[in-house]
This record gives sequence, C-alpha cells and structure tokens, in this order.
Amino acid sequence: MKILVPIKRVIDPYVSIRVKSDNTGVETDNVKMSMNPFCEIAIEEAIRLKEAGKAEEIIAVSVGNQSCQETIRTALAMGADRGIHVLIDQTVEPLSIAKILSKIIDQEKPGLVISGKQAIDGDNNQTGQMLAALTDMPQGTFASKIEIDGDKIQVTREIDGGLQTIKLNMPAIITTDLRLNEPRYASLPNIMKAKKKPIDQKTPDDYGVDITPRLKTLKVIEPPKRQAGIKVENISELVEKLKNEAGVI
Amino acid sequence: MTTLFYIEHTNGKVSDQSLKAISATKDLGEEVHGMIAGTSIESVVEEASKIAGVSKIIHIENDEYNNILAEKLTSAIVNISDSYNYFCAAATTTGKNVMPRVAAKLDVSQISEIIGVESSDTFIRTIYAGNAIATVQSSDAKKVLTIRPTAYKAAETNDTGCEVEKINPENIPNISEYINEELTKSDRPELTSAKIIISGGRGMQNGENFELLDKVAAKLGAAVGASRAAVDAGFVPNDYQVGQTGKVVAPELYIAVGISGAIQHLAGMKDSKVIVAINKDEEAPIFDIADYGLVADLFQVLPELEGAI
Ligand SMILES: Cc1cc2nc3c(=O)[nH]c(=O)nc-3n(C[C@H](O)[C@H](O)[C@H](O)COP(=O)(O)OP(=O)(O)OC[C@H]3O[C@@H](n4cnc5c(N)ncnc54)[C@H](O)[C@@H]3O)c2cc1C
Ligand SMILES: Nc1ncnc2c1ncn2[C@@H]1O[C@H](COP(=O)(O)O)[C@@H](O)[C@H]1O
Repeated sequence: MKILVPIKRVIDPYVSIRVKSDNTGVETDNVKMSMNPFCEIAIEEAIRLKEAGKAEEIIAVSVGNQSCQETIRTALAMGADRGIHVLIDQTVEPLSIAKILSKIIDQEKPGLVISGKQAIDGDNNQTGQMLAALTDMPQGTFASKIEIDGDKIQVTREIDGGLQTIKLNMPAIITTDLRLNEPRYASLPNIMKAKKKPIDQKTPDDYGVDITPRLKTLKVIEPPKRQAGIKVENISELVEKLKNEAGVI
Repeated sequence: MTTLFYIEHTNGKVSDQSLKAISATKDLGEEVHGMIAGTSIESVVEEASKIAGVSKIIHIENDEYNNILAEKLTSAIVNISDSYNYFCAAATTTGKNVMPRVAAKLDVSQISEIIGVESSDTFIRTIYAGNAIATVQSSDAKKVLTIRPTAYKAAETNDTGCEVEKINPENIPNISEYINEELTKSDRPELTSAKIIISGGRGMQNGENFELLDKVAAKLGAAVGASRAAVDAGFVPNDYQVGQTGKVVAPELYIAVGISGAIQHLAGMKDSKVIVAINKDEEAPIFDIADYGLVADLFQVLPELEGAI
C-alpha cells in the first residue's frame, strides 16, 4: 500500500506574527518557515505504518513556491520515500489544493491519505475534508489513533465532548490531531540519505486543474491589543477585585 | 434565496453552540431554514422550531443520522442544495468535519470560523492563531460558512414553532460506520458555554492536582479547562484543551493557573471579558494580557482561593 501525505510549509509556530503595514497580509520575508506541525504528525504516522509492515511507500506532496522543496526534504529525511512538488507562487485555497491532490490520487492510487487537520497559517481546517469529497472517500478527521483492520481503518477522533471511534472503508483520508503521535527528528545520516531521494517537480497545469481563487482578502489587520492589567498581592485582594471592581464573581 | 443552518443537539437539547452561531445568519439577509437530524427527537425539533429568525425546520428523520457521519450528512445537505445559497454551521468539531466536504461537493470555497459578517459576500475571520484578522470576499454563488459561536449571543426563542418538514434522504453513502463515543463525564458546566472557566497548565504537575481546580470550580460554578501541555501530559482528557487547535472560549472570567501564555493558548481565550493569571514566574507572557495577575505558587494559593469565595 502507498500512503500519500500532503504537507504544507508555514511560518514556524514559535515565530511572532507581524501584520504588514499596508494591511495586505502577514510579513513572510526573512521569517523562519517550518513544516506545519500537523503535517509532521502525518508523516510520522505514515512512517510508523511502514515500519509496522502495513505500507510500502510514503509519498510526500507539497503545493507552493520553490522553498517547499526544503520542506519535502525534511519529510524525506524523516522517512518518506519520495516527494512531489507542485510549483506555484501565489497562495492557493484549500479547494484548489484538494483538486490538485485528487488528481495525484488518481495517478498514484494510495490506500491511505494522511494530512494535517489544520494549517496553522490560515487556520482553515478544510483540505482533507475537501479531498475526501472530491475523491468520494470516507474521512477520519482529527484522529488521535488509527488502526488498520483488513480493508478498513478504525479511527479515534478528538471531538468536542471527548472521543469518537468510527470505521472507514479504505482508501480513506485521515487528518491528524496533536495527540496521534510525537514526530521524530531526522538523524544526520537520514538527512544525508534524503538528498538522494527523488522529488518530482510539477505545475498545476500538469494536472489540468483550474486554481482561480474564489476568495479575495480585502485586508488583514492586527487584533485589538489587550491591555495588561495590574498585579495583585494576594488572594484576598484578588477576590475583592473580582467581586467589587470586575463584578464577575 | 435561503440560508440553511445545520443545528446540532445533545442530550435532548439544541446545542448552545448552534444557538449562538445561528445568530450570525440574520446578518446574511436571507430567510433561514434550520436542519436537524435524528430519530426520537421530537422535543428538540420543537425547541429548534422556536428559534427566532428560523422560518422552517428540515428534519432528517432517519436512524442513520442518530450519530453524525460527515459522508451521510453531506449527502443529505447536497441533495437539497438547489434551494439554498448559504450553508452554515457552528465551528464545532461537527461543523468543521462536515462543511468543507459540503463545499467541495458544491465546488465552492469554504470560509472557516467567521467572527463577523460585513456584507452578503464579505466575512471576517482570524488567521495565524488570532494574531491577524482577515476580511475576505467570496465570489462563489453559493457560500459555505462555519461560524465561531463565541462571537455571537444565543438566539432568542419564540413562543410558537415554525413549520417542520420531514425528509428521508435517499442513497445514503455507506462507506463509514459509527462505532462508539467516549464522552467525558463531568458535573461541571460545558467549557464553551460556561460563564467562568478555570484552566490548569503544565504547572499543575499531574492529574490528581487538578482536583485543586475542581474544588474552586465547584464553588464558582465554573468549567475546568487546560493547556495543551496539560492534555499532552495526560493530566486531563483532550476535550479540556483551550487554544488555536482546541476550543475557543470567551467567558466572563477566565482564570489561568500554571499556564505560561503561549500564543496558541491565548488564541483560545483572549476574548474572555476578565482574565486572571496565577503563575510563579513574574515574566510569564500570560501576565501581558491578564487583568489581574498574581505571582505565587499555585499549590499555596489555590486552597486559599477556594476558602475565600
Ligand atoms: C501546532 C501547535 C498547536 C498548539 N495548540 C495549542 C492549543 O490549542 N492550546 C494550548 O494551550 N497550547 C497549544 N500549543 C502549545 C503551546 O505552544 C504551549 O506549548 C502550551 O500552551 C504550553 O502549556 P503550559 O502553559 O501549560 O506549559 P508551560 O509553557 O510549560 O508553562 C507552565 C507554567 O506553569 C508555571 N508554573 C510551574 N509551576 C508552578 C507553580 N507551582 N505555581 C505557579 N505556576 C507554576 C510556570 O512558571 C510556567 O509559566 C500548540 C503548539 C503547536 C506547535
Ligand atoms: N499547499 C499545500 N500543500 C500540501 N498540502 C497542503 C497544502 N495546504 C494544505 N495542505 C494539507 O491540508 C492540511 C490542512 O490544511 P488547511 O485545510 O489549509 O488547514 C495540511 O495540514 C496539509 O496536510
């Protein structure tokens, strides 16, 4: 079985975000970039399935500018077998990403797709579900545990009230939640080995997909700043303020 | 045209999240139909039919809809999509699971977790863990939206109910199966609807120590939440997590105990009305947004707090 893992390159989660002064977006020049944390978890899960003998090949796919190759290399160094890079310079909406990915699925016919639940830049949480719709596959979103059982996959999902378990026909699409696993770091020898692993370079035209945006960002602003308040000395002062000043208890 | 809003229910009640999120639909300027699914839910259907602003309830009455699976619900929505131009749901784990699937089936982009409607095609939402606020305009004829409940007040209820139409979907996809749910049991109010929340972080050290928070919560009628670090360490279940990738809350009072204040945590609670931080490190970033900060050892002051209220 092949596993396809879509990965996104995003601003590193620990970098502080600056809104551009012309309000067209967020500053990305000279900002540290990383693989979206949920995608690292997706790659890790795919590797574990391969190590357990449940998968033969892991393909990491990233859609975006030239630097996405770096992100794919990271996935290869972790343990993915090969990469597909779909080169495009503008930002692409989840619907278009899903359309490109669905064409790749037509060609590669993976038994399983594992994507992140959410890219931490746009916080969209859409691509996996859209891909499932376009390929008519079942979806196991926000997974904290997966178990392949013959031609089905059992998925434990993190939902608002706790955990839900469902069973899906394969091929299926899984999106990862934070507690699915803890991703490994690539070792130095594996980083060296990854340099030799193949990355296919493609463009959206190769897939004949119309990626015209449907959404236009009119402006991006900073959120209103919350003023820091005061320090209290002790619990009795805190309780007094909450009662008499804030009136919340 | 008309707006279709998917109404969730639990324990025989319309979900509080749906009641809040549906308030956004009146800003879309269209007639609103509510969709509700399941069997033996007459009282919930009646409750839903009284939500102010809803002119019709579409009740999917079929056992296959007693536990919501994205494949099945999407198909039911898409079946009747010709009559609607807006498709909305609360940005809960159900809404986030289903609505992107609906959007892709309709070949439109989806707009996630909106916090405001600027006009019929323009919406406001947060990006980058709430560190930026974007205004986005959609050129799609049909618009699929999830709505962040904390941005809205619960809809009012009417005395009398609106028309209810029962539907029974055909060709229900059978590629996924519900097995079970393990829901966290708690005597405390639900996180997303609580007026007061007290949350613990890695500083709590272990799960047993969360009892210190439970005791304060019991006195305040508060819900208990947690940081990701506390959930990852196994102190409390996953549904306690507040933040960018957990729950977004905006109570009257949020008390953060032993939480440093990482941006991903702040993303889930910084719209709370009053924020209290208790942390032994006076440099902790949580103090930058707290209205009242107390630099102290939590193990010393939590029992004091319980005694003082
Ligand atoms: C993709 C991604 C998504 C994330 N999503 C979320 C999310 O949704 N929610 C979330 O919370 N985090 C999230 N995080 C994690 C986040 O970055 C932080 O790691 C996390 O919030 C830290 O939790 P904490 O404050 O409990 O732990 P720490 O940062 O370790 O802070 C513990 C605090 O406790 C204090 N303390 C220790 N002992 C005591 C004591 N005895 N008395 C008083 N104070 C004490 C310390 O001074 C310290 O400030 C995410 C991270 C990533 C990368
Ligand atoms: N440009 C992209 N290239 C590859 N995969 C992507 C891309 N954008 C999103 N994804 C995948 O979809 C997941 C969810 O992203 P989103 O829907 O944007 O929140 C990510 O974690 C990735 O697995």
